[in-house]
Amino acid sequence: MRADFIFEKTTKVFAFLSVAIVSLMGFLLLMESWPSIQQSGFLFLIKKVWDPVIHDYGALPFVYGTLVSSGLALIMAIPLSLGVAIFLSELAPYYLRRPIAFLVELLAAIPSVIYGLWGLFYLVPLLREKVEPFFIDRFGFLPFFEGPPYGIGMLPAAILLAIMIIPIISSISRDVMQAVPQHQREAALALGATRWETTRVAVLRYGKSGIFGAIFLGLGRALGETMAVTMVIGNRPDISLSLFAPSHTMASVIANEFAEASSDLYLSALAEIGLVLFLVTFLVNMIARLLVMKTAKPFAAV
Amino acid sequence: MRKILGLLAVALLAAVSFSACSEKPLLINGAGATFPYPLYSKWFHEYHKLHPKLRFNYQSIGSGGGIKQIAERTVDFGASDAPISDAQLAKLDWKLLHIPAVLGTVVLSYNLPEVGDDLKLTGPVVADIFLGKLKKWNDPRLAALNPEKKLPEKSILVAHRSDGSGTTYVFTDYLSKVSPEWKQKVGREKAVNWPAGLGGKGNEGVTGLVKQTHGSIGYIELGYAVPNKLPTALIQNRAGQFIKPTIASTTAAAEGVAGNMPKDYRVSITDAPGAQSYPISAFTYLLIYQTQENAAKGKALVQFLRWATKEGQKLAPILHYAPLPDSLTAKIEATISTIKVAK
Repeated sequence: MRADFIFEKTTKVFAFLSVAIVSLMGFLLLMESWPSIQQSGFLFLIKKVWDPVIHDYGALPFVYGTLVSSGLALIMAIPLSLGVAIFLSELAPYYLRRPIAFLVELLAAIPSVIYGLWGLFYLVPLLREKVEPFFIDRFGFLPFFEGPPYGIGMLPAAILLAIMIIPIISSISRDVMQAVPQHQREAALALGATRWETTRVAVLRYGKSGIFGAIFLGLGRALGETMAVTMVIGNRPDISLSLFAPSHTMASVIANEFAEASSDLYLSALAEIGLVLFLVTFLVNMIARLLVMKTAKPFAAV
Repeated sequence: MRKILGLLAVALLAAVSFSACSEKPLLINGAGATFPYPLYSKWFHEYHKLHPKLRFNYQSIGSGGGIKQIAERTVDFGASDAPISDAQLAKLDWKLLHIPAVLGTVVLSYNLPEVGDDLKLTGPVVADIFLGKLKKWNDPRLAALNPEKKLPEKSILVAHRSDGSGTTYVFTDYLSKVSPEWKQKVGREKAVNWPAGLGGKGNEGVTGLVKQTHGSIGYIELGYAVPNKLPTALIQNRAGQFIKPTIASTTAAAEGVAGNMPKDYRVSITDAPGAQSYPISAFTYLLIYQTQENAAKGKALVQFLRWATKEGQKLAPILHYAPLPDSLTAKIEATISTIKVAK
């Protein structure tokens, strides 16, 4: 009895401790960024200039870069990871499922700086010499493919992010698909559905919100990723429609400039970028949790 | 189970008290600039060999962090690439000394294999390249400076630091001196709002960009250009000479300003006078309390500073830092003598 009591109390303390740490983090960020909030208010979010010399700080290019690079990464990663998940949960022969799942999840274990190095030494030269000139030659009239082929820029950042979030999305959505009761599939097959129709109607639709949850978790990772992105994105606070133009993200600017920032307002502006990033990732993760919670109740989703 | 735990605890206690009994090394903590870190760790290592009872613990967290920590008196010494501003010094109600440690050189490296080494540039031309106004390598202004070279009709890609850094401070300080437009539009700071180009993180990031991209130009520390075998541009100095960035020409720049050196050494040596002076270089400083409250640490620190301004300088060129000119070391020795150590 006594052991149970201690067990319960200890775990309770741990649980509340983690909540306390997160709220404390939010509070500290708010406190640190207060001078900057007072200085520019909501303008901070829509100003395009970032000039530490004259202390004029605007977050818009960073917010834009973060959202667009993560959004592009999702566009690339969703079809790939859902393909992996469907194959592994519905189609693959049993002896292949484990090794492939293991290899895909291994991608998540690679440190992001390794992705960055690979991006810098392999992906960027490839884009600069082959891919980007091709697109500029043929589709250069479109605003998305404008500008010189630097290699470095939004495109390699989005590709790296996509590779980094594939294991997250695919492994969680595979778990969701495997949680779909077998009788759902049997019912669809009994009605004469093909394998594709069974997957679509009985599995994907049933696990829809769980899969969305997986996608949002991937998005959360992409929003906060720093190192790999910093190495290939070009670190230029510009807003450009072109995929080939350099850009900047919230996480990169903090990593880049925090160490040498010496004036109080500068530090505070960087803290406010952190606060914005904190809120954005917090929101994204909350939505994800809610969606996953919905699938956890098996019959509510149908 | 309990018995084993008890035994372990006893063993641990014994180990701790034992190591406490054996001789206590004196630990001096410092924090600050990343740029001189390779040299400082060499210094601390060599000095530890001479004085085994003394240990240095230096954290290269950046100049900004170093200034902050010394201002809050949480470390025994700080280090910074740029001198502390008057406003920041005014906030302290005790005296802080800037001791120049060595000199750093900022070079302009470029990637134009068809042109080769020793491209000639002037300050205003460099400023216009980094302002994004001078866009092609075969621009008439570049051609006029380099009549013997065949410059390609290629776009210039500018590479700069994306992170805040002392290197950027020195470089933008120089451009602000030689180009009124740069001074007005961009200014000098450790991070600026760059009008053109791509940002790479750290010296290694810019080096990577320049090395990879044909037609690029970027500013990096000499210590990155030499081992990477990147060509460096000759820059026209105030005397009109085109000077190659070397350790000797950097020391010459410090020599050029040594005559009217302010007492606290807080001086910019970019665009220095002197026929042999390379125009883009700077001191990196150790920040020391003038009044040392801990007698043992204070004494050790003074001794170390004496060693660093003398024997330590000989280690600098191996790591591509320029040693202080002799005319300056005597002055610095005098400054070190003003440090008061509590009894």
